[in-house]
Amino acid sequence: MTIRIDTGKCDGCGSCVPACPFGLLEVIADKARVEEGCTLCGACEAVCPSSAISSEEIVQAAPASDEHRGVWVFAEQHGGRVKAVSYELLSKGRELADALGTELGAVCFGHNVADTDQLIACGADRVYLVDTPELADNQDELYARQLAELIERHKPEMVIAGATALGRSFFPRVAAMLKTGLTADCTGLDIDIENRLLLQTRPTFGGNVMATIVCQARRPQMATVRPRVFKKSLSNGRQGQIIKVDFERERITSRTKLLGFVEALGEKVKLEDADIIVSGGRGLGKPENFKLLEELAGALGAAVGSSRVPVDEGWIPYAHQVGQTGKTVCPKLYIACGISGAVQHLAGMQTSDVIVAINNDPSAPIFEVATYGIIGDLFQVVPVMIDKLKRE
Amino acid sequence: MNIAICLKQVPGTTAVKIDPQTNTLVRQGIESVMNPFDAYALEEGVRLREKQGGRVTAITMGPPQAEAMLRQAISLGADDAILLSDRAFAGADTLATAYTLAAAIRKLGQCDLVICGRQTIDGDTGQVGPEMAEMLDLPFVSYVSRIEEIAGGHMRAQRMIEEGHESVEMPLPAVITVTKEINTPRLPSLRGIARSKSAQVPVWTAQELGVDTGKVGLAGSATRVVKIFFPQRERKGEVLQGEAEAQVECLLGKLKSGGLI
Repeated sequence: MTIRIDTGKCDGCGSCVPACPFGLLEVIADKARVEEGCTLCGACEAVCPSSAISSEEIVQAAPASDEHRGVWVFAEQHGGRVKAVSYELLSKGRELADALGTELGAVCFGHNVADTDQLIACGADRVYLVDTPELADNQDELYARQLAELIERHKPEMVIAGATALGRSFFPRVAAMLKTGLTADCTGLDIDIENRLLLQTRPTFGGNVMATIVCQARRPQMATVRPRVFKKSLSNGRQGQIIKVDFERERITSRTKLLGFVEALGEKVKLEDADIIVSGGRGLGKPENFKLLEELAGALGAAVGSSRVPVDEGWIPYAHQVGQTGKTVCPKLYIACGISGAVQHLAGMQTSDVIVAINNDPSAPIFEVATYGIIGDLFQVVPVMIDKLKRE
Repeated sequence: MNIAICLKQVPGTTAVKIDPQTNTLVRQGIESVMNPFDAYALEEGVRLREKQGGRVTAITMGPPQAEAMLRQAISLGADDAILLSDRAFAGADTLATAYTLAAAIRKLGQCDLVICGRQTIDGDTGQVGPEMAEMLDLPFVSYVSRIEEIAGGHMRAQRMIEEGHESVEMPLPAVITVTKEINTPRLPSLRGIARSKSAQVPVWTAQELGVDTGKVGLAGSATRVVKIFFPQRERKGEVLQGEAEAQVECLLGKLKSGGLI
């Protein structure tokens, strides 16, 4: 499964070689050749001056069935409160549904969930609510079976969920049940209106490459979306309907059992909700130096974050990690101290409104995303900041 | 206790650089490595076997070169390794990959536990584990940071979620994905290295797996990449000049006038 190169037409000009985003093309004996790993992206096909390259579709995708209509958002809750990401997705879902001229549904599983009305205020036309003690806590298997059933009954064309621990665990199970495509961790959603296709854009290779993915022939089209990518939009006058769905406890069962939950301790301010985050990286050098950042955070009313290195080194608990395998944050102000700015870290914080970088290496990539950069020793700069803030 | 570990060979990510001239990924000199998260899965499997007995089988789907990674897995303690390799497997998305791996685990038979890393560092999806669990009709727990107990055909494990830790119990066989908090992978042993050189690594093709070729590789994939591009960093930053005192003065002034502090 790869692109086809017509050796009759190929004159070995090499135009295709730099076009391949994965560097899989080479010219050997005046003919282009492709190595294994081709994703059929078509970049080489577009630049070939001799039209020698074709990316033949192996399976001509059958057009998707017309019976699937509507956009759904899985509205995750924790402890009876709808999570912020659910509202963010409803705001985007509203846009998608309007573009397609269809309805927006929200699906919420839980027990005594406090703010289901908010799901309507934030964009849903209908809320499918399964309110039962069994679904109070996040349970992959129960959630997956219940959601797959609702999807089969109501046939939405698109279903999106937050790329949270829960979303990233149970959504793949639903996709496998329905034998449909799922795109993980999207940071952009768009619509090809003519074909009613969800254009799902996501970072790969640790954020080095962006890929746009479609699910052509199967329905529904499913995606998980990173929190803090879209903005919540609220309009209190909106009308909608809450549909209570009975939970069939004899039929929908789970083999995994949740025995207990221990809340992460040691966070005075929740990272995801903080307006200001002061974050430290390798440049701190040793665990004791996080005290300096805590002092700065205290003076600013900020939360303390970390890049991966300090967490790996055991200087600070994982709950503080910002980045690809940690939390995605989007505060008003992000102050990066001694963080070089590996793409994996940038992936978790680069949408912050204002980014301040303090680092003694002027070539550190963190300066590429920084609004304000201070090239200098954080151990000189941060104490001055604390001092000035305290004196005010 | 028989344990299967699903591994993937990936480009060492820190080595993935962009050629500023062509704006493409530079692949020259990039070696393929075992997906770092999978090393924790392998280590956990080996530790369980050391306690409980049984066999650890490392499985990967990939090109013939992936055999090198499987030999590395043997040097790190795996008893056996199987390479799923066939032109028909190329271009697989997570659904087709999960289908192929599930077929291999079925063929392997007698498997009490399947362990995967939380995600790969190239695709970053984390979807293959849970999709495979569904296809094998097995219970599944993601982001396992500690296996607390295995007894009476059940496993109790600690799972990391945003808000903290959950303790979850399930019957075996089961599928789990693990985080790097779960252990510290060992270095290869001399005996392991010797074994890795002499071990047989069987290759299972689509035919040997008995899979439906319409469900593997690109043909079996529900999703398709239609565009690839490189993120542009648009932010035009301002570097604040002077000594620490002046820099901080300037910064605080800007943050204040922006209403940020």
